[in-house]
Amino acid sequence: MNGLRRVIPYPLLFLALLVMWLLMTQSLSLGQLLLGAVVALGGCWAMTALDPPPARLRRPAAAARLAGRVFVDVFRSNVAVGSIILGSEDRRTHAGFMRLKLDLKSPYGLAVLAIVLTCTPGTQWVRYDPATGLLLLHVLDLVDDKEWVRTIKGRYEGLLMEIFE
Amino acid sequence: MSVAILGWSITLAQVLLTLAMGCAALRFIRGPRAQDRIIGLDTFYVNAMLLLVTLGIRSGTTLYFEAALVIGLLGFVGTVALAKFLMRGEVIE
Amino acid sequence: MSAAPDLPLWAAILVSFFVVTGALVTLIGSIGLWRLPDFYARLHAPSLGATLGTGAMLVGSIICFSVLQQRPLIHEVLIGLFVTITTPVTLMLLASASLYRDRVEGNDAAPKEDPAPTEP
Repeated sequence: MNGLRRVIPYPLLFLALLVMWLLMTQSLSLGQLLLGAVVALGGCWAMTALDPPPARLRRPAAAARLAGRVFVDVFRSNVAVGSIILGSEDRRTHAGFMRLKLDLKSPYGLAVLAIVLTCTPGTQWVRYDPATGLLLLHVLDLVDDKEWVRTIKGRYEGLLMEIFE
Repeated sequence: MSVAILGWSITLAQVLLTLAMGCAALRFIRGPRAQDRIIGLDTFYVNAMLLLVTLGIRSGTTLYFEAALVIGLLGFVGTVALAKFLMRGEVIE
Repeated sequence: MSAAPDLPLWAAILVSFFVVTGALVTLIGSIGLWRLPDFYARLHAPSLGATLGTGAMLVGSIICFSVLQQRPLIHEVLIGLFVTITTPVTLMLLASASLYRDRVEGNDAAPKEDPAPTEP
C-alpha cells in the first residue's frame, strides 16, 4: 500500500485523468489505457510539485446527496431566473448585495460552495474573507435575505462540512 | 419521417442559438463598460460552442466535438486573462 | 437544409426535444444579458446557458451518437465538466474585478461599504 502511494501520490487524480484520457480518445484499447496511465502519472507527479494541502473525501453518500440537491436546484433556479428575465420590468429591479457568515472553513469545501452558488443562476459569489468568515453575495431576487441564508446554510453548508471536515 | 423531425428541430435550435449569439454580440458592442463587454464575449463563445455541438449532431460525426472542446477551453483562458486585466491593468503579475 | 442522421423515431424525438430545449434556455439567458438593468444583475444571465442549456444540448448529443454508433458514447461529458468548472471561475473573477473598479472609481453601481451580515 505504501509502495503504491509512492508511485501514485494522488489515486483519485490518477483515476480522473485516466478516465478523461479514455473519454477523449473514445476507446478502451490496451494501448490507449497504457498511454493514458502514463499521462495520468505525469499529471500526479506534477501535482506533487504544487504540494496542495491534503484533502479527504469522507462520506461518498453525502457527496451523492449534495450532487442530487445541486441538480434539482440548478433546474429550479433556471426556471426562476428565466421567468424574471422574461417577466415585467419591476421584477428585474430587486437585485442586490448581501453578506452572510459561513461556518465552513475547509478550502476545498469553500471551492465547491463557490462553484455551486455561481452555477445556480440567481446567486453569485463575489468575495469571501477568510479572516472573518464573511461571504459577499449578489442575489438577483433579493426580497427576503433571511430566506437565502437559510437555503445556503441548510441545503449546502451542512452537507459540505460533513464531507470535507 | 425521423430525419425530417430531427433536421427541422436542429435548424430551429441553430436559429435560436444564432439569435442568442446576436444578443451577446450586441452587449459586446454596446458596453457600456469594459466588464459588460467581457461578459458579452463570455456568453458569445459558450453559444458558439453549443452551435458547434448542433452542427456535430447534424453531420453525425464526432469531429465537431474536438472543435467545441477547444473553443470552450480557449474562451475560458481568454476571459480569465481579460478579467485579470480589469483588476490590475496587467495580465501576469 | 434538413439533412440529419437517420435515427429511430423515438431517438429522433428525444434528441429534438433536448436540443431545442437547450437552445431555448441559452437564448433566454442571452436575452437576459440584454434586458437586465445593470452589470451585477447581468452576471446571472450567462449561467443559464452554461448549466441547463449546455446540459440539455449535450444529453441530446450523447443520445444521438450512442444510438448512431450502437455503443455508449459519453465523451460530451467532458465539455459539460469543463464548462461547469470554468464558467463560475470567470464569473467570480469578473464580479470581484468589477467591484474593485467600481469602488476605486466611486461608482454608484456598487455599495461603498459591504452590507451588514444577515443573521439566520
